[in-house]
Amino acid sequence: MNAVHVQSYWPQGTVYGALLNFKREWEVWAPRMNEAPYKGGPKAPVLFIKTANTFSPSGGAIALPSGVQEVDIGANLAWVMGEDAQPVACVLMNDVSIPHESYYRPPVKYKCIDGFLGVGSKALEIQNLNSDAMVLRVSVNGVLVQRVDYAQTVRKSRALLQDIATFMTFQAGDVLMLGSDCLPGGNRPRAKRGDRVEISAPGFENLANVFAGDGA
Amino acid sequence: MKHARIAWAGAIHEAVESEGELLLTRSPWAGKRLKFDEVVWLPPLAPTPQARTILALGLNYADHAKELAFKAPEEPLVFVKGEASLIGHKALTKRPEGVTYMHYECELAVVIGRTAKNVKKENAYDHVAGYTVANDYAIRDYLENWYRPNLKVKNRDTCTPIGPWRVDAQDIHAQFGSPMNLALQTIVNGKITQSGHTRDMIFDVPTLIEYFSQFMTLQPGDLILTGTPDGVVDCQVGDQIVTEIQGLGALINTLA
Repeated sequence: MNAVHVQSYWPQGTVYGALLNFKREWEVWAPRMNEAPYKGGPKAPVLFIKTANTFSPSGGAIALPSGVQEVDIGANLAWVMGEDAQPVACVLMNDVSIPHESYYRPPVKYKCIDGFLGVGSKALEIQNLNSDAMVLRVSVNGVLVQRVDYAQTVRKSRALLQDIATFMTFQAGDVLMLGSDCLPGGNRPRAKRGDRVEISAPGFENLANVFAGDGA
Repeated sequence: MKHARIAWAGAIHEAVESEGELLLTRSPWAGKRLKFDEVVWLPPLAPTPQARTILALGLNYADHAKELAFKAPEEPLVFVKGEASLIGHKALTKRPEGVTYMHYECELAVVIGRTAKNVKKENAYDHVAGYTVANDYAIRDYLENWYRPNLKVKNRDTCTPIGPWRVDAQDIHAQFGSPMNLALQTIVNGKITQSGHTRDMIFDVPTLIEYFSQFMTLQPGDLILTGTPDGVVDCQVGDQIVTEIQGLGALINTLA
């Protein structure tokens, strides 16, 4: 495989994300997993898709729809897939969501809103990175609000890929976000209008987005 | 006009239906006629510059919702599929070993033709390029109640045949008034197993376009699969499944 050198990254394929892939969120949810409507913990990876209308460049503003006061910040390390359905690069992403209490139905109206995926400006070759040891830092208006440690995932990156590959084949350019963690209470960090959110990790340029949008 | 995208003679071509044959429309083969069985049929969709958004509806026919023991939804139940799940007409879909319930879902698929943002129902058809048939297979063995229907059920390789044709919206509107006036059916090994009508959708095509375009901008080439009526049955390896919609054609698929 040739090394990939990407000056300026933009997703070329479908962007997938994994829910409940951090131990903390899993443990927060565990007492509810056997209740209705879930009736049992998830066996396969819980996945979702961020549609192309969500892609926002780093440095760009992300608009909150009217009526939405704040959004969840979903700091992710993401894998960019190559020709043979194996990761070739890593990029930072912010999987923005309208906070939702239920994981029963697909989260399209919470996650597929225009602009709701912050995309890091550069992808780094995967050879130089250990995804399962990566630590992301999330700050809002310059204040550190979260540390996302990929040593704390439920499925390590290779296991996640392997479990997904049992039923679908990643195409070149597709993206797999490896998961976003919650805070100790179970919520994710939040952003409101006017907030500047930055996600940083060693070796990466910061992924920065300001949250905007007209009125409440 | 009915548009197809085919592989033939070592390359991919655009074609249209003409007197029961395929007529190639572009250089160097413009004017060349081919029989339907001389080509490999691909999804009848031009490539898109960014990932194609494929929205699919669950429980969008009252009878099917009842069949699955759900009450009809108050807002569209929608999930998203990746483009890699699509395959063309006359293709093979894999039925995994050991599963007990894999069923077809015959669905009207809407192909967006013009960027759609905050579109009102009354203008929705201005944003539609055409219609095609999709067979949105599901394997119920893999259903889980987390972001249900989950991707292991609905985003499987080979499990979304689509085609054969992309039929211009204006042709359907001229002939049938709207896409809400089409009979649809599924035939398994020659026997009709599913029979319905697009007028029985809970959320019709203009309502869906209005609903989605309120929060997500749809681009040309994006798809909305509008759900299936009742009459789904388990199918086995070797079965031939024909999903057919009035005015759009018959999409043939075989389980392998």
